[in-house]
Amino acid sequence: MNLVLAKTDTERAVSNVFATARDRLPGAGEVAEARRRAFEAYERAGLPHRRIEEWKYTDLRALMREVAPLAGRPDAAAITRAKAALELVAVDGAAKLVLVDGVFVPELSGIAELGAGISVRTLREILENGANDARSDLLLTSTTDAVISLNTAMVTDGVVISVADGTALSRPIQIVHVATASSASAFTRSHVKLGKAARATFIESFVAAEGASAYQANDAVILWVGDGAELSHLRVVADAADAVNISSGIVTVGAKAKLNLFNMTRGGAVSRYQVFITLAGEGSDLSVNGINLLKDKQHGDTTLVVDHAVPHCTSRENFRAVVDDRGHSVFQGRIIVRPDAQKTDGKMMTRALLLSDEAEADNKPELEIFADDVTCGHGATSGALDESLLFYLRARGLCEKDAQALLIQAFLGEAIEEIADESLREFVMAQAERWLEVRR
Amino acid sequence: MALLEVRDLHVRVEDREILHGLDLTVNAGEVHAIMGPNGSGKSTLSHVIAGKPGYEVTDGQILFKGEDLLAMEPDERAAKGVFLAFQYPVEIPGVATMNFLRTALNAQRKARGEDEYSTPDFLKKVREVAKSLNIPQDMLKRGVNVGFSGGEKKRNEVLQMALFEPSLCILDEMDSGLDIDALRIAADGVNALRSPDRAMVVITHYQRLLNYIVPDFVHVMSRGRVVKSGDKQLALELEASGYAQFEDAA
Repeated sequence: MNLVLAKTDTERAVSNVFATARDRLPGAGEVAEARRRAFEAYERAGLPHRRIEEWKYTDLRALMREVAPLAGRPDAAAITRAKAALELVAVDGAAKLVLVDGVFVPELSGIAELGAGISVRTLREILENGANDARSDLLLTSTTDAVISLNTAMVTDGVVISVADGTALSRPIQIVHVATASSASAFTRSHVKLGKAARATFIESFVAAEGASAYQANDAVILWVGDGAELSHLRVVADAADAVNISSGIVTVGAKAKLNLFNMTRGGAVSRYQVFITLAGEGSDLSVNGINLLKDKQHGDTTLVVDHAVPHCTSRENFRAVVDDRGHSVFQGRIIVRPDAQKTDGKMMTRALLLSDEAEADNKPELEIFADDVTCGHGATSGALDESLLFYLRARGLCEKDAQALLIQAFLGEAIEEIADESLREFVMAQAERWLEVRR
Repeated sequence: MALLEVRDLHVRVEDREILHGLDLTVNAGEVHAIMGPNGSGKSTLSHVIAGKPGYEVTDGQILFKGEDLLAMEPDERAAKGVFLAFQYPVEIPGVATMNFLRTALNAQRKARGEDEYSTPDFLKKVREVAKSLNIPQDMLKRGVNVGFSGGEKKRNEVLQMALFEPSLCILDEMDSGLDIDALRIAADGVNALRSPDRAMVVITHYQRLLNYIVPDFVHVMSRGRVVKSGDKQLALELEASGYAQFEDAA
């Protein structure tokens, strides 16, 4: 069967969306050409479906149904609504960079708060006016992933951040994506480059303004962590209950660097965070962790590829999913150890807690080891809350929901405690508690 | 009115009847020992009183302070003053002991319509009790019972008993897995809690524990019933003659 010919309605809709959006997408010449090529690449593959191994559990042909048209530029009323939503994911002291419906909004953002040693520009500005080499860089990706190709073709805006060598940022940078438009899509891409020995905390959050529903977000973040640099990266997906969020991360880590990454999904009908991390310099430490909190019919997918390309790096992955009702959590983690990457130390653990009989968790850890002097391991479990622990707590006076909440918090704590930054750890615990509060 | 009144209690687990018409009356201020061989239903009785799921009461009733205990959720029973010291206290990783103690104590107080403890009052109280039970402070910072020795787990149960001030304490095989020193510390803790307002039901296999916690009444259980009751002398007789006579009688 020729899959290219067997297009679904969804894919035809995407074609139309690109055709109609084309004139509104920033950048001409080389940029427009890059978009066209990316869209062709996307069309060859089509929307990912269950027969593509990496998307086995997250069949976008079935889950997305239709691709919404590109959201329009937010007007003043939309920006006012977006502003109100910022509170939901506010992190103390963070300098916010706000994208509303895929468009950077300077009046909600605090670039000036960031101080010296950092440059922040919008992607749109560079695509429209930047020098040729800068522009083509921004749309280059080495992956053949279809949703990233689609992102390249359709991206409207994002932020391009560069932190100078040796700079330690005094406050976190937070990109906040706010959706205000319903039944519309936003395509964003951001670049964050940490120079040598730079230190930064970078948060990315997704949230809906009141009344925004059935929207679709497709985001990509390209990260470079320079030699000797330290980056804390937190993601919080708190989208509307009927939204789709497909996010990709492409990360390159230099030598003797530290990256502490945490992904939290507690919103959205369908969400996928796929992150491809290459350890490209020796002596680096990578810690990638996350939690999925899913209920109703939510589908949350975390897909991780860690590529140990060089020797002497350490990677730790610790994921937890709490799934209630008919929720579906997916974790796919692949650790690749290249032939030269001796003395690699990699460990991955994923655990799912199923709170209802209809909840589902698919855990797929994979190790691909081509070196012979390495320490690698993985584990995966899924199960219900331990009845004997619940009874102990109830015999001590906790009602059923409170006893469950305490055990769920403890379960999530095993991943949350991996967050290096204490204030971010508290922020995530508070977000998790809010989710548990609603459950009660 | 009796504090606890168990009348003609019949209990099934899955398809098997474990208790076949058990009667027991416990008044405030009394200490009752329940002895009996393995499988006689001692632990089942303690679980049913505390409200553990998985037991089906097919007949009879349990009144606590005149109220129908079987109609209450386990947490309601705790708030009313029922405390079960577990034979095997569970380990709860990730839940710090201090946090657990405060959450549980305040949940009980809230259920009774009382004010929650302030943090300083709570800490003061926990420290006092912990000290008297020889429980080091760093144990309270660890996950509930995580990495505790058998003796430490039992002392942690007694600590909770002292903190929650229940009116009925059921001690399920408190002596199992304890050496003499650990047993003495735990028993001293229990004895300190004896009061005219509080009753205790001590479930044990061996007479040894009753040297430390001296009962007012001793009941012998066999095959799901109380087959003989007496005073502490009965425990000594059992130690000498064993349970076989009752197995035959029952």
